[in-house]
Amino acid sequence: MSTQVRGPARGRAPHPSPPPGPRHSERSTSATGLLVKAVMLGLTIGIAIFAAFPLIENGHWLGLTVLAATTAGLCYLYGTRRHIPAKYLVPGTLFLIVFQLFPVLYTVSTAFTNFSDGHRGDKQDAIVAIQTASVTQVPGSTQYALTVATTGDPATGPLTFLVTDLKTKVVSAGDAKGLRPLPGSRVTVNTAGRVTAASGYTLLNGAQASVRSKEITAFAVPTAGGAIRSQGLSRAYEGRAGRAYETACDCIRDNKSGKTWAADETVGAFVASDGERLAQGWKVGVGFDNFTRLLTDSDISGPFLRTLVWNLAFALLSTGGTFVLGLLCALALHSPRVSGRSWYRILLVLPYAMPSFAMLLVWRDMFNTDFGLINNLFGLDVDWFGGVASARIAVILVQLWLGYPYMFLVATGALQAIPRELTEASSIDGATPFAAFRRVTLPLLLVALTPLLISSFAFNFNNFNAVYLTTDGAPFPVDNPMNGATDLLITYTYRLAFGGSGAQYGFAAAVSVFIFIIVAVLSTISFRRTRKQEEVYS
Amino acid sequence: MSRWFTRVGWRHLVGVLAVAFSLFPILFVLSAALNPLGTLSSTELVPQGASLDNFGKLFTDTEFPRWFANSVLIAGVAAAVSVFLSALAAYAFSRMRFHGRRVGLLALLLIQMFPQFLAIVAIFLMFSTITDLWPVIGFNSPWGLILLYLGGALGVNTWLMKGFFDTVPRELDESATMDGASHAQAFFQILLPLVAPILAVTGLLAFIGTINEFLIANVFLTDTHAKTLAVGMFGLVAGERNNNFGMFCAGTLLTAVPTVVVFQFLQRFIVGGLTSGAVKG
Repeated sequence: MSTQVRGPARGRAPHPSPPPGPRHSERSTSATGLLVKAVMLGLTIGIAIFAAFPLIENGHWLGLTVLAATTAGLCYLYGTRRHIPAKYLVPGTLFLIVFQLFPVLYTVSTAFTNFSDGHRGDKQDAIVAIQTASVTQVPGSTQYALTVATTGDPATGPLTFLVTDLKTKVVSAGDAKGLRPLPGSRVTVNTAGRVTAASGYTLLNGAQASVRSKEITAFAVPTAGGAIRSQGLSRAYEGRAGRAYETACDCIRDNKSGKTWAADETVGAFVASDGERLAQGWKVGVGFDNFTRLLTDSDISGPFLRTLVWNLAFALLSTGGTFVLGLLCALALHSPRVSGRSWYRILLVLPYAMPSFAMLLVWRDMFNTDFGLINNLFGLDVDWFGGVASARIAVILVQLWLGYPYMFLVATGALQAIPRELTEASSIDGATPFAAFRRVTLPLLLVALTPLLISSFAFNFNNFNAVYLTTDGAPFPVDNPMNGATDLLITYTYRLAFGGSGAQYGFAAAVSVFIFIIVAVLSTISFRRTRKQEEVYS
Repeated sequence: MSRWFTRVGWRHLVGVLAVAFSLFPILFVLSAALNPLGTLSSTELVPQGASLDNFGKLFTDTEFPRWFANSVLIAGVAAAVSVFLSALAAYAFSRMRFHGRRVGLLALLLIQMFPQFLAIVAIFLMFSTITDLWPVIGFNSPWGLILLYLGGALGVNTWLMKGFFDTVPRELDESATMDGASHAQAFFQILLPLVAPILAVTGLLAFIGTINEFLIANVFLTDTHAKTLAVGMFGLVAGERNNNFGMFCAGTLLTAVPTVVVFQFLQRFIVGGLTSGAVKG
């Protein structure tokens, strides 16, 4: 037990130094302590004031209230002498609440909505989008000279159209929110009417604009009766909307055909009498639909269950495999008879030091069928990521390589903590080395390492990089491009949320909640079994 | 001979096999990094000729130095602050008895099981607002990413540390308190020096974890000069993987440098710290 207190501890333990303050000062906080406290509180208030201005400017009153309350709470907490535990817990907890708990709760609430591509904003957004998308050029449309600009990075920043009305010469800036006039003092306009400079905007040059031409073509600035759209990269027109919303019937009417799509609040979309749905809808609560879909829709629940089983196998094999391999190495090298042990140790641990994201990509290439190292080295011709079994073997193999050095380190440490007398005693009693290992060493090791094994299991259960950077879920069945044979639940979720074929945030959030429940149940059971929480209850 | 094998020989055999398994992918990376052709299809275990061209190209053709600096900054600051935050919490959980202590510990365990990146959509939307309000901590800023990573500071680390703190005899800081030290003095001047091993281990784990974090960083950092090594180097092989493979491997070797430096720096604490926290859990 005393082995844990190492290094600097040994010298200092008996003589706490430096001497903690004079005895007679009846536990008054030291001058440095006071100073540090004052500076920290000053900083906190300063940051709060800095953070308050944008909130006030944008009218986020709720946010401002939360900010003020938090700051006041912090000042009170560190100003009094009471609530000592809270003084130590609050800093980390604040981060936990804002950046972990809040997103988790938000995700859970998203799981009960139809939030997805086409169902992002509220109903008003959907109406604007539908009207804008149906804009066509009609005779007499207003014509504009166009300059494409952005307020951020030319390659990725949000687009803005700087347009000059060719008749009135009025210059305006338009974005997804609408059109607003730009005062002449802020822009320079050339003879053709195009804007050549504007303060606050970065103009895209020809090359930059043509790279983003698809985006520019799709971009529309909503106006009262329609929208402004580009026509090439230097012209724009204001078109008339072909479909318009009518409040009377709460529906969308097509001006040409007269067809109507009525708003359906339960699915968050405009639906025609023949069942046709407009692509642009809005976000509504759908109750447990996402969850029931996951469990009952056979097209989804089948692959989902298959993924879950593979996911469990993956986590078990990765954790167990690395443990066995690491333990074997640790046992082999845990003997003073082995010369050069420190060299073995350094070389063995090297994979742990290599950046895992990069090594995963390297392994992907080593499994390449045509010029991959594995096939070349062993004279094989295996299409590793093409077959279900070989792809799964490959993924596990990579995990073994990445993970066993850690287990080796851990097992070495735990072996050193087991007193040699125990194994010696068992050998005097006539036990074979193997029996001594199985009856004495292994149980002791497991007591020490089970918590680590459990957290390793939980980590591997959601090991996104391991699959995303190697197979990316491949191979995929012919009929289901969303759910591959090596997909873990987490990569499957990622594909649902960010995949190419339309983001399904609501559904992905429901899968996330499922994953959470599964991991939580598994871990709780195993933690209970290890009696790890005894101390907590004391 | 057979006696020698049963006693020592098999140990060397296992060691050599394990070293071979450990090393051959790394040799492959080294070979690719030195290979003057710099393509995947031309790479073998033993390079045909050697040059540092790939390293040169990495520095002239890409923003590698920026990515490197970003990664070290983000991983360094995030690891250091998160160790500090969880040490504070572990101190409270280990030394003090208060209402909600048990619930707090269990809640930490539970929340941690919901990996942060499962909530990536929520995080994305949240930071869209933050970027509008405070661009300093918004997208494409290292500071915003650091803050986000600190959301996970409490949790597994706190558990590991609490286990270690429990092994340090309470009498040490109690006697300091008797001598008139405040609780802050007892924490900073008595306890922290004693628990250096576990601080080193959690620091290393946090550093490695952050430098390898890909998913959140990929959503967060889209500007070329704001990227981390993981995001930037993924982009290097995402499009033209065959041709950029040499550069990629050169970058991989350089990326290992900060980890190895941190590892060397903390090495004497690592082995003991890794297990003793768990032993006492």
